[in-house]
Amino acid sequence: MGTRSSHVAIIPDVDDIRRDTGFSQASLLRLYHRFRALDRNKKGYLSRMDLQQIGALAVNPLGDRIIDSFFPHGSQCVDFPGFVRVLAHFRPIENEDPGTRDPKQPEPLNSRMNKLRFAFQLYDLDGDGKISRQEMLQVLRLMVGVQVTEEQLESITDRTVQEADEDGDGAVSFLEFTKSLEKMNIEQKMSIRILK
Amino acid sequence: MFLLLPFDSLIVNLLGISLTVLFTLLLVFIIVPAIFGVSFGIRKLYMKTLLKIFAWATLRMERGAKEKNHQLYKPYTNGIIAKDPTSLEEEIKEIRRSGSSKALDNTLEFELSDIFYFCRKGMETIMDDEVTKRFSAEELESWNLLSRTNYNFQYISLRLTVLWGLGVLIRYCFLLPLRIALAFTGISLLVVGTTVVGYLPNGRLKEFLSKHVHLMCYRICVRALTAIITYHDRKNRPRNGGICVANHTSPIDVIILASDGYYAMVGQVHGGLMGVIQRAMVKACPHVWFERSEVKDRHLVAKRLTEHVQDKSKLPILIFPEGTCINNTSVMMFKKGSFEIGATVYPVAIKYDPQFGDAFWNSSKYGMVTYLLRMMTSWAIVCSVWYLPPMTREKDEDAVQFANRVKSAIARQGGLVDLLWDGGLKREKVKDTFKEEQQKLYSKMIVGNHEDRSRS
Repeated sequence: MGTRSSHVAIIPDVDDIRRDTGFSQASLLRLYHRFRALDRNKKGYLSRMDLQQIGALAVNPLGDRIIDSFFPHGSQCVDFPGFVRVLAHFRPIENEDPGTRDPKQPEPLNSRMNKLRFAFQLYDLDGDGKISRQEMLQVLRLMVGVQVTEEQLESITDRTVQEADEDGDGAVSFLEFTKSLEKMNIEQKMSIRILK
Repeated sequence: MFLLLPFDSLIVNLLGISLTVLFTLLLVFIIVPAIFGVSFGIRKLYMKTLLKIFAWATLRMERGAKEKNHQLYKPYTNGIIAKDPTSLEEEIKEIRRSGSSKALDNTLEFELSDIFYFCRKGMETIMDDEVTKRFSAEELESWNLLSRTNYNFQYISLRLTVLWGLGVLIRYCFLLPLRIALAFTGISLLVVGTTVVGYLPNGRLKEFLSKHVHLMCYRICVRALTAIITYHDRKNRPRNGGICVANHTSPIDVIILASDGYYAMVGQVHGGLMGVIQRAMVKACPHVWFERSEVKDRHLVAKRLTEHVQDKSKLPILIFPEGTCINNTSVMMFKKGSFEIGATVYPVAIKYDPQFGDAFWNSSKYGMVTYLLRMMTSWAIVCSVWYLPPMTREKDEDAVQFANRVKSAIARQGGLVDLLWDGGLKREKVKDTFKEEQQKLYSKMIVGNHEDRSRS
């Protein structure tokens, strides 16, 4: 009865997903309905095309990079747990007492480190753990399109890599990346709050 | 001969009598008022009673949910995430300010942290965007006793289930056959009536009869859907030589508008039943039907519409510029074709009340027949129609700006969200020009400052 259910029982493996991502039941339900709405042909998974059809994402200069983050290791489809795992990076950080967290458990997906790691991999096109000058140039080119000349873009890239690079290898590693952003309020800038 | 049991003839008699009574009732209470355009007020009373029942039903469900200590699933039409309405420039400046260990220098170029803005904006659209939700039915705040709109079925008590069962009985066994009979009557009268009128010579009599045949049949169809329509500002109704534009939610929009005014329809020639109706209608008065091949030729379409509009004896054209059905919470981009012709535009806003039955046709989900059946098994179709004052294109406006102006007026009157997106996004991808605008904005920030620096 009814075309939708309000019970979390419709989500397969919901307990595992809750443990992994830390989303509340209500949030997971909303995200599940969103997943189903995006999955136009009712395949049960999302393809690149489904995400590309979101108008507001297609006009985002980094739209393609963001879509790539849902399809790691060359996969072509993402199921609901995979979908939610990526979105979990943007869950707001709650005021938990760090002392009570079990150190044996893996770091929650929405920790500061993991948010930074997510941003880092948007730059790191080949996933080798370093942002080379070439990769920086490519990402910058995505953000500005044809509005900026090659020379201007190159000088901007050189300056940025120079400032962040500490060990002089001409590339920005993850540690150097985090160091240059240590004062940044990542918690707030990389968080999206789901309404209750 | 067969041995008939004594009560068989009784049953047959009873059936005969009840059918006759039903048809007499039909005639008196529905068709006769339709012919003369009057109303007994039965439908308004029906609507009030239903509202009271729905309010009671929702209270019971909330009580049921509280007992189990759960929260009812409440749908959000305004989106599921909290958004900040700040611009690209403001946000990036703020991001840089909060993370910069250097002195606050306004001529900062690119920063590694700029990526956070685009990243978060992108994720927000994946979680919730303005367009995808416009192509699924609007969700209701309270339940209207239809299983198709229920999201909380595990909180229904016995009493509520009985009420729901009663509702099903009334809708499927009483209302549905009645509505199908009415629809059948309406359509056949339309086809027969217009064909007969078509044999008359052109003149005042033919026009008069044609108008009334059209109106009568549309009114019968309105009653076939139990549509309760409130018209506002009828003094602004479209006149000859004008174009009437309205927002599009379903094919029923045509019936709703045409039952209160006499329009020339525009559309593609179909086969089957629609084709029969189209051919009959055009005998009585000039409608504009295009062959499939002609539809692609924009110049031909524009030419025929212009010819029609310039002839003042011809009726106002009815057009839906969105080009596709939207779920009645927003108005999407109007195609500029009808606004280039140069005629006076009469905007009309149509807003449905989804409480009694959702009129939105989700063409990717339901075919026409399923859709009509769903319409006929809802409680009613309740809507408001506003006739807005006529608009003409100003001298320094182009067709697109004019179209947007009309669209905003319609959105404002109907209480709908005014979106710039194209309804065709349902099926296609968005154009690259929009992405370029974002890129331009961002480039100004990082390069504009660079130029300042190199100058000093």
